[in-house]
Amino acid sequence: MTTTSTSRAQVAPFPTGTTTLPLAKAITLAMRQALAEDPKVLVMGEDVGRLGGVFRVTDGLQAEFGEDRVVDTPLAESGIVGTAIGLAMRGYRPVLEIQFDGFIFPAFDQITTQLAKMHYRTSGRINLPIVIRVPYGGGIGAVEHHSESPEALFAHTAGLRVVSPSNPADAYRMLREAIASPDPVLFLEPKGRYWDKGPVEVAPLSLPVDGAPTAYAGIGHESLDRAVVARPGTDLTLVAYGPSVPVALAAAAAAAEEGRSLEVVDLRTVSPVDFPTVVASVRRTGRCVVVHEAPVFHGVGAEIAARVTEECFYSLEAPVLRVGGFHTPYPVAKIEHDYLPGLDRVLDAVDRSLAF
Amino acid sequence: MTDDATDTTGPDVPMVQLLTPAGERTTDPRWEPYRERAAHLDHGHVRDLWRDMVLVRAFDDEATSLQRQGQLGLWAQCLGQEAAQVGSGRALAPQDYVFPSYREHGVAHTRGVDLAEILRLFRGVDHGGWDGEAHRFHNYTLVIGSHTLHATGYAMGVQRDGVVGTGDPTVDTAVVTYFGDGATAQGDVNEALVFAAVNQAPLVLFCQNNQFAISETNERQFRVPVARRGEGFGVPGVRVDGNDVLASYAVTQEALERARSGGGPSLVEAFTFRMGAHTTSDDPTRYRTRELEQTWRDRDPIARVEAMLRREDGWDDAWAAQVREEAADLGARVRETVRSMPAPAAASMFDHVYATPHAILEDERAAFAEYESGFADGGAR
Repeated sequence: MTTTSTSRAQVAPFPTGTTTLPLAKAITLAMRQALAEDPKVLVMGEDVGRLGGVFRVTDGLQAEFGEDRVVDTPLAESGIVGTAIGLAMRGYRPVLEIQFDGFIFPAFDQITTQLAKMHYRTSGRINLPIVIRVPYGGGIGAVEHHSESPEALFAHTAGLRVVSPSNPADAYRMLREAIASPDPVLFLEPKGRYWDKGPVEVAPLSLPVDGAPTAYAGIGHESLDRAVVARPGTDLTLVAYGPSVPVALAAAAAAAEEGRSLEVVDLRTVSPVDFPTVVASVRRTGRCVVVHEAPVFHGVGAEIAARVTEECFYSLEAPVLRVGGFHTPYPVAKIEHDYLPGLDRVLDAVDRSLAF
Repeated sequence: MTDDATDTTGPDVPMVQLLTPAGERTTDPRWEPYRERAAHLDHGHVRDLWRDMVLVRAFDDEATSLQRQGQLGLWAQCLGQEAAQVGSGRALAPQDYVFPSYREHGVAHTRGVDLAEILRLFRGVDHGGWDGEAHRFHNYTLVIGSHTLHATGYAMGVQRDGVVGTGDPTVDTAVVTYFGDGATAQGDVNEALVFAAVNQAPLVLFCQNNQFAISETNERQFRVPVARRGEGFGVPGVRVDGNDVLASYAVTQEALERARSGGGPSLVEAFTFRMGAHTTSDDPTRYRTRELEQTWRDRDPIARVEAMLRREDGWDDAWAAQVREEAADLGARVRETVRSMPAPAAASMFDHVYATPHAILEDERAAFAEYESGFADGGAR
């Protein structure tokens, strides 16, 4: 078995400049580029090879890079993450796919106890540059365990970075930065938005020299640390990430028709959280509503509400409100839209905040 | 020894044995291949193995005392398992990589780890304690069985690096993971067997069956003997007398060679006995008899090597006295080293959580520093 070779099957050239891609294909492109740029990058998961993944996000990668680098694993999530830890200790950079959000829990020990803590336990001697991609979130009419949002469970664990892009451009850039990061990254993909298209700025391909990658020096870390203001506004700050950002943007557009100016902050990351950006926004608007699909109880929104209250106390015109899932298991598909924070529930919270 | 084994879960599984508890060489023709593997071990080599085991036991005794004196928070003895650990550890090549559980002090010794460093973990001054990469001996893993998957993945990396089956003994690399009989019930150990088999990874899964998962006997963990568990996964298994250092060496060497040559993973069951408690917090009198403990004291792995050397005129009293003195010195040095291990600075808890700065952690680090600085003007807290 030799995989250090960089020779590949003849395939389509890499796009350059700015191109329009669905979110899923922006992720594919980021992986394809990483596989080409670093012979140590591996893609591993259930059905990621021959099938190209159940969402086709790894489509074509095995044909291009071979079975030793794009690996169809046994159907065992703990085994996927656990063996990736060993591969990373040997110098590899595994990019893992957990097939669905609700299937990640067999790997919970390996992620929270092993992966998250190895750098700490070894006094920094071992880095585990592992990315765990997880299609997450609801709204696709799926059967149970296929629509969950487990981010708070992982954000609560020191040693992990937990991120979620909301659009194709961020999906591409954030995955590139996640693969380059020496820290383990849980990369939550809004599966309900996989086929939303948008412009993607493609980084130039940086092929390895003598088997050694040259790309990482040029890849930053900003998208794994910083939130962005997705829409500026003056009356209220909507804080969202991943699949809730398009909802927040739609709410801001609807509110604008009634003369309300809402600012939308796309967090991008839930560990860390870019509080300076959130705080600066709320100090200007005086109001804050947090939106996420995960249950609000002990959720990311609770952490944001606490910190905003602490740091914006004298600027707040209303208590921070949260809109999200309920303290129930994810419900059946026929009523999931009553559980998810849709446009109407977000606007209801906005009204309550503005009326306070 | 197969005939008088006390276990009831695998009495019909043949057990490789080269030395009887009385120190006699066995003659069973089935073990001839292993006899050949150990044939190059002359009396000098065997004395070295005896010395290894004596040093490890002295260290183990010292650590137990240190815990009783309040110098350690906890200690997990390897008492009685020295032959399985030293025998297998001495079969390793320098380039091989070991993923231990938390009782493998004997293996640590064979990998050149300063034994005192192990106590950093048990004293509570460090979560690891030694440079795993330097010794090719990873830090201990306390969650049972989790590390067997890390070993499997590491072996998959070794495979991808092209250092398996080259025929060069200085290059070809195997990975060994140690775990106990209780761990065989864990999902991760079973997944490790699946992944290792599917990938034909260069891995040796070395199970020390010390017959007790804290208080639970083998009957509470499995109904098929460990050595046979591999069959269903497509991993060849073998049972060895874990109190026989020569057999442990030979059996491990065979499995390592299979791994390094590209022959895939193996499962070794070293049948032994945890002569001490699970840890210093445990009380074995609640779940096993003194008669059973005495039965196994009579099979002491160190005593049988001495008996063999005496029987074969390979013993040297003056040399043995020297080793015992060396062991006493080791104990004294460990005692001194441990007592002088300071607690780390409180603020060090914020170090090495991430390899890159994480804003939340950095905020907390700064806030803690500010809080601490409030006591700088002589105030105690």
